[in-house]
Amino acid sequence: MSAFQGSKINPTRFHRTQIKYYLFLILLAVFMILPIIFMFSQALKPLNELFLYPPRFLVENPSFKNFYDLINVTSVTVIPMTRFLFNSIVMTASVVVLSILISAMAGFALSKMQFKSKRAIFEANIIALMFVPASVAIPRYLIVNQLGLTDNMLGHIIPLLALPVGLFLIKQFVDQTPNDLIEAAKIDGAGNFGVFWKIVIPIIRPAMATVAILAFQLAWNNTETSEIYMNKETLRTFAFYMTTLTGTGLENRVAGQGIAAAAALIMFVPNLIIFIFLQSRVIDTMAHSGLK
Amino acid sequence: MKAATRKSWRQELEAMVFVGPFVALFSVFIVVPVLVAIYLSFTYFNTVQVPVFIGLKNYVNLLTQDNVFMMYVLPNTFKFSLMVGPGGYILSFWLAWLLSQISRRSRSVLTLAIYSPSMTAAVAMAVVWLVIFSGDGAGYLNNFLIESGFIEKPIQWTQSPHYLMYIMMIVTLWNSMGVGFLAMLAGILNINPELYEAGYIDGIKNRLQEVWYITIPSMKPQMLFGAVMAVVGTFQAGDIGVQLSGANPTPQYAGQVIINHIQDYGFIRYDMGYASAVSVVLLLIVYILSKVCWRLFAEKE
Repeated sequence: MSAFQGSKINPTRFHRTQIKYYLFLILLAVFMILPIIFMFSQALKPLNELFLYPPRFLVENPSFKNFYDLINVTSVTVIPMTRFLFNSIVMTASVVVLSILISAMAGFALSKMQFKSKRAIFEANIIALMFVPASVAIPRYLIVNQLGLTDNMLGHIIPLLALPVGLFLIKQFVDQTPNDLIEAAKIDGAGNFGVFWKIVIPIIRPAMATVAILAFQLAWNNTETSEIYMNKETLRTFAFYMTTLTGTGLENRVAGQGIAAAAALIMFVPNLIIFIFLQSRVIDTMAHSGLK
Repeated sequence: MKAATRKSWRQELEAMVFVGPFVALFSVFIVVPVLVAIYLSFTYFNTVQVPVFIGLKNYVNLLTQDNVFMMYVLPNTFKFSLMVGPGGYILSFWLAWLLSQISRRSRSVLTLAIYSPSMTAAVAMAVVWLVIFSGDGAGYLNNFLIESGFIEKPIQWTQSPHYLMYIMMIVTLWNSMGVGFLAMLAGILNINPELYEAGYIDGIKNRLQEVWYITIPSMKPQMLFGAVMAVVGTFQAGDIGVQLSGANPTPQYAGQVIINHIQDYGFIRYDMGYASAVSVVLLLIVYILSKVCWRLFAEKE
């Protein structure tokens, strides 16, 4: 079928018929990253360029002064910004590691083990894909309060651990693991834990990478836990600190804009780096993401 | 017989070790909150005193007394969701399809560019939007439009009831290429090429027919996943209006959507019972819309 001239999905090389697709895509991609380029540019602008009239989109003499100020200026509170950053890092790392582990274990059980409540749990999780966490912020607060997790570092972590999308993606991926492989390991004397560590984990790495990205975004960008569960300033996170930099009237505080943009960049860059590293694994996982 | 029961007991127990942590956290932070919200929606609860059972009064008030809800929140939510939900979904599919038509290396770069808005945190992007949409003549958008002669006077973009909703829509569409978009991209890339060959033999004439008769039917599960994510994302995204205008309620309720109404009653007026009733309505809307998507895309057996 070398003469087949129909679809060219996933072509191996460039062909001039692709130019029209490139045209649309590049145009849209530029529109998409323009605000992000602006964020970079704004973060690197020295004070006189922030005040410039008429304003210029791109920075001319980039400087790291905004970052320097962000670290040294404690604008709202006496707490140094590094404290918030530290909290964010601890909280995000814990959420990522624990939610991957919890979802992977549950995904393995739902896919390869036989037990009574299996179907019910999977169905409940599917319904939970449609869950809008913000809609139950109030009862969640009451529960977190009852559990004594307010003003407690664990209050940032524990409420975020159950990630229905994460369990769903991992379960769909474990489904691809051949049963023969698991049976063979069992004949060799491996128990469920052995099978999980030695066989399933290596196979579902792409799905775990995807859950890592989702959990990272959820935790790192989260302001709700700081806003609602934490009264102690020292326990709040960097994402929350951002909200104090951006509040009303930001447009009038030109000097603060550079610092806020520098902070925004610190929020954004880790997401970007992680995605660049894990992109191909994410696409791999998503191939199995279908709902039936 | 006895050995068999013991074995099945053991199986149940071992399975519980694996699913237990997830099920416990899932129950405490997802199932119980929903049940509590349903319970509170039948009460008057001001967070200080014990909830008082008042039956359906909250729901009756929502439908008959709440002018703000009927005049602003509901129409706004409807307008916003209709534009951002299907709009973002179609845009995601279209972009994913375009990306699947080019070769791997350039696809990775362009996918990154198109996905990167979804990585941004709303709080961080507020910095960018507030500066771009700044209301005085030195605001970037105002300055650009004045210089190029489209407008004469600077416009108070985020404080203006006329523009706030449109800005919310644009910003939300901008970052709606998320998980659903990636799923659809993967779905398109994984369709067996032989299906297309067969389709052309059966008389498909152009790309549009190809998309309609082969691409979409072959990736229904991903289309459905994307649709559900779009529905959830749309109703979750409403917060952006408050972030842009810096106030809840938004100026003249122009950007007030259902999520803001819940926060307004829950965390500003401390009428938790009423806020919970609105939450329940929101969860129902999301559930019903997702079920509609299910109807559209579910594999027929």
